Amino acid sequence: MSERVYNVVVAGLGGQGVIKASDILADAAFRSGYDVKKAEIHGMSQRGGSVSSDVRFGAEVLSPMVPPGEADILVVQEATQIDANRDRLKPDGLLIVPDDIDIDALANRRSANVAMLGVLSRHLPIADEQWHEAIRANLAENLWEANLAAFALGQGG
Amino acid sequence: MSKAYLARERMLLSGDQAVALAALHAGVALAAGYPGTPSTEILEALSVLGGPAQWAPNEKVALEVCMGAAYGGARALCTMKHVGVNVAADPLFTVAYTGVSGALVLISADDPGMASSQNEQDNRRYAVAAALPMLEPADSQEAYDYTLAAFELSQRWGIPTILRMTTRVCHGKSVVVPGGPTSEPPQPGFVRDIAGRVMIPAHARPAHRRLRAKLAEITAFGETSDLNQVVGEGTALGIVTSGICYQHVREAAPEAKVLKLGLSYPLPEQRIREFAASVDRCVVIEEGDPVLADALAAMGLQVEGKAEMYRFGELNVARVRRIIARDESPEPVPARGKPPQLCDGCPYRRVFETLTRLDCIVSGDIGCYTLGALPPLSGMDSQSCMGASLGVGLGLRHVLPEAEAKRVVSIIGDSTFVHSGITGLVEMAYNRPATGHVLIILDNGTTAMTGQQEHPGTGRLLDHEPTHKLDFPALCRAIGIDDVTTIDAAADPEGFERLLVEALGDGRLHVLIAKRPCLLAAKRIREYERRAERQDGALEVCGNE
Repeated sequence: MSERVYNVVVAGLGGQGVIKASDILADAAFRSGYDVKKAEIHGMSQRGGSVSSDVRFGAEVLSPMVPPGEADILVVQEATQIDANRDRLKPDGLLIVPDDIDIDALANRRSANVAMLGVLSRHLPIADEQWHEAIRANLAENLWEANLAAFALGQGG
Repeated sequence: MSKAYLARERMLLSGDQAVALAALHAGVALAAGYPGTPSTEILEALSVLGGPAQWAPNEKVALEVCMGAAYGGARALCTMKHVGVNVAADPLFTVAYTGVSGALVLISADDPGMASSQNEQDNRRYAVAAALPMLEPADSQEAYDYTLAAFELSQRWGIPTILRMTTRVCHGKSVVVPGGPTSEPPQPGFVRDIAGRVMIPAHARPAHRRLRAKLAEITAFGETSDLNQVVGEGTALGIVTSGICYQHVREAAPEAKVLKLGLSYPLPEQRIREFAASVDRCVVIEEGDPVLADALAAMGLQVEGKAEMYRFGELNVARVRRIIARDESPEPVPARGKPPQLCDGCPYRRVFETLTRLDCIVSGDIGCYTLGALPPLSGMDSQSCMGASLGVGLGLRHVLPEAEAKRVVSIIGDSTFVHSGITGLVEMAYNRPATGHVLIILDNGTTAMTGQQEHPGTGRLLDHEPTHKLDFPALCRAIGIDDVTTIDAAADPEGFERLLVEALGDGRLHVLIAKRPCLLAAKRIREYERRAERQDGALEVCGNE
């Protein structure tokens, strides 16, 4: 297992499933045996405002918040929110944006957040099995098939 | 979090969930609170675990119910956000004197940076002011451990104990390994203690001395308790901290020796002196007010606090680095995101459009509808605390010139009305303004702002099971309001406007109940109603047999 701490920020607008995506990511890292911390602001998130959630995992995580400019990966689910979150990313960090997935190939556009996790999964030391378990644990059973398919689509496999 | 999770299993929990699990493991007999970000999920999680969780009309009542439970020898948990403690402060200061025979743990969920609050008051001040012990967890594991410790401490000394959390501890998720119950909860039973619990002055004077004696014992406990810890070895830099700041400190200054105060009141003064003497430079890192820095300075210690600029907002790793470096240069301004707004299709939108068009002077209140103050609606002129719409609106009516007074409207949501609008309505009928007054109750059938919790006006309990439903129109009439009208302003905006125009100027007392379910909650509300109807049907069948 890696000693380093992975810093991921997921961002978008209220209602897009930002928190859900970060829950799945944190759970997948947790199931892989890492120390995990996750931080976000809820409360106003259902009212269509900007939402972001920080997930950190590794051997030992201290602060739950990714320090400004230290995110390894920034996942932005809404193109208009890229500029508002770009300062979270470290200079050589990876930006994942909606254009990285083929939205028209999704059975349901509401699974776009999970499809973007599929893209993210290519860059993180978390096995498919843990991702799949986390998706099932965080979504209702009737959503499993569509979201596992969306995840696979993002993964490109 | 499912019921299947119990002791000694590795789990990923929010701080709120961890408190709920610990309360269950502590054998809590009653848990009460009022929804408020970031505390709301504690009681919801406890209910899902099968624990005894209930919403009260407001925080004061919640605390009083918990006091009764703790007077009855049981363990009670009371949850609220920081400003909720203001509402509950009256009983809090005196239950400190009476003490409890079971255990009473109060959760104060503070919101530094105001993610979803009207102020960023620092409730560590309440521990000092009410003379109650305070524990401050730094992550979900500690939220779990300290909740158990708070019940133990409260029971051992018969003293209410405050567990102060902050937004990042409440809503942050981290790994928890629950240890499980440490001691048997007491069996409830009433033991009469008139001198101990009836706080007339003759009883309260010795009670105050008893409280101070308990605190002295708890101070001694804190000197050796592992709730307070020294972490790290270095002697160049020492940092005194508590709560979430501990995590930022460890990350920002891994070389520092850290005194982490888990029991942050009363302070272990001897231990702090020894720590300060063991390092070349001693810095206090705390969010919000300089509570620790002032206390340590008052002890005569040479410690550094933070610059005033860091009193505002949350701390994080970057800001802690700056404080340690004594960097007072302007901080980078984070990019502005999209602000929240009233949902498209929110039934309140039409109400605010009408108020703005009629150029009303709007005395507002706390809830989603406060977003009606933002452009383009700009339909609210003041807002401060739960229930203030009534009193502030009435004060304006009393003093403004008649033409202006007649434009004043008070506006309040259904849950907020139950929380602390009812006494304001009594005032409206008691000290009646010469021009009359208009209260609009925005009744969307839920506590929408905090995530759709039930309240007495919905007729459902915390777990959505049916109970008595508070009848708003009957209540308003009984209070002495001249005209009480219920209307769906979203379906009939013209009718609503006609009604409002007439009510503003006719010198009478009006309550207009704008009733339509919250768009986000409507589907669930219909499901709960159908479930209740089926249960009623089943009961009738039983009754007929």
